[in-house]
Amino acid sequence: MANTALPDRIRRDFPILEREVHGKPLVYLDNAASAQKPLAVIEGQREYLANHHANIHRGAHHLAQWATEAFEGARKKIAAHINAAHAEEIIFTSGSTDAINLVAQSWGRTHLSAGDTVLVTRMEHHANIVPWQMVCESRGAQVIPVNVLPDGVLDLEDFHAALKQYRPKMVAVVHASNTLGTINPVSELCAAAREAGAATLVDGSQALPHFGIDVQSIGSDFYVATAHKAYGPTGLGFLHGRKSMLEAMPPWRGGGEMIRSVSFQGTTYNDLPHKFEAGTPHISGGIAFGLALDWMNAIGMDVIAQHEQVLVQHAHSTLSAVDGVKIIGTAPNKVGVVSLIAEGLHSYDLGTLLDGQGIAVRTGHHCTEPLMDHFGLESGTLRMSFAAYTTTLEIDRATSALERAMRMLR
Amino acid sequence: MSAALIQSRQAEIIEEFALFDDWMDKYEHLIELGKDIPAINVARKTEEHLIKGCQSKVWLAADEADDGTVLFTADSDAIITKGLVGLMVRVLSGAQARAIAEADLHFLDTIGLHQHLSPTRSNGLASMVQQMRLYAAALAARRA
Repeated sequence: MANTALPDRIRRDFPILEREVHGKPLVYLDNAASAQKPLAVIEGQREYLANHHANIHRGAHHLAQWATEAFEGARKKIAAHINAAHAEEIIFTSGSTDAINLVAQSWGRTHLSAGDTVLVTRMEHHANIVPWQMVCESRGAQVIPVNVLPDGVLDLEDFHAALKQYRPKMVAVVHASNTLGTINPVSELCAAAREAGAATLVDGSQALPHFGIDVQSIGSDFYVATAHKAYGPTGLGFLHGRKSMLEAMPPWRGGGEMIRSVSFQGTTYNDLPHKFEAGTPHISGGIAFGLALDWMNAIGMDVIAQHEQVLVQHAHSTLSAVDGVKIIGTAPNKVGVVSLIAEGLHSYDLGTLLDGQGIAVRTGHHCTEPLMDHFGLESGTLRMSFAAYTTTLEIDRATSALERAMRMLR
Repeated sequence: MSAALIQSRQAEIIEEFALFDDWMDKYEHLIELGKDIPAINVARKTEEHLIKGCQSKVWLAADEADDGTVLFTADSDAIITKGLVGLMVRVLSGAQARAIAEADLHFLDTIGLHQHLSPTRSNGLASMVQQMRLYAAALAARRA
């Protein structure tokens, strides 16, 4: 039985959902780009800045200790949330992009050499393509994409064939696609990659807000995610790395926090996780992200996942009933992301006319140009993406607004 | 005289759009205008005339007339962008090169469509206006 009462219960936590845009009540369906923030996060960050702020890890004074405990407490919350074996396996980064760059530069520079390959998929976000291209270019290695089937499911046959053919050093896959919504069978992919001798990285940016994550059962070497898509602040994310892997990796960025001692004869580096956290981190962001995780867990990830399944089913049936609309990405396992095209119409026109009706969606290639090319979608797609507070009524309003836009453009 | 021409054309568009106070009506009108744009010759819709926005494409061709005025023709693959491109062509095409290069373009602001000129909008319009000005400035310099 679907819990349709969830939005009723939590929408009051999000002040922004009360506002109007162009004189119409806001319908926010751009959650895959960034989710809105609950009061617990807004107030928590404010409270920290107003009453508790100091720099962490160094100070002997009360505030510094309080801030350090709060920030390290957030690290423990992240570790618990994704079932990491150790809290020091969590490295704070500025986001998923930063986390992937860390692995590409630190692990990649030591493990990739001429003739090696990194296996990705055609549904990756640019953030899980370009960092690999950059390190591969410098090492004479190559990035190989795995095929995606017409319905948006990863081509597992091609994946296993590529593992065999290329013997990649790294397999980097997205957990849930930001454009198609497809949830990939990452446990299976990681197990096969490990058997083939490859390290694994899973991009969980679109998984973290939508369902529970267990990195030990996934079996990934690296798992990355960002806070702002999961009701937390922007400018913060994390890398989870298997402890033995992280310990063997050289630091990437140098500076304060990441050292044990510095001299001109030679510098020694700090232990995990600080070895990878040069400079003062986003302290208030880390603490606020911990509050965002608390907020999600108080609802329950299963409850959120179940609610979003109802939304996806509703959106699929409502939108596919509109004449001329085609949904792009109909995998059986999806997060709350629905991409579509309207026959003969440009997604930019549709997005603009939806905005005029108070509906916030995203149009274009969604930072997945290779996927758009693969599907031959020159003007990209229009993407509606959902969160725990999204209602079926909002999807209905967006559908009517889409029909009106299509009438205007025809 | 050309600067005055550009001013009067902007005033005309502002007056025309003043009829619409509803956001959607304004866009309905913009879509209609897009259909009447002095379209670029299909044979000229080539890479050379393409201004690639992130989301929509714009094609622009400029031709110099004997009297030193510039004639613009354009097109876009998105209808709303096409309407905006059409407005820009309507304001600038047929004016003297120097006047185009130095034109004070304020009409999009006044009619509340300025957000489409923002580079972050990525529809190619901002780049098109820049191209129009650059072409006109180069031409004016050549004729000076």
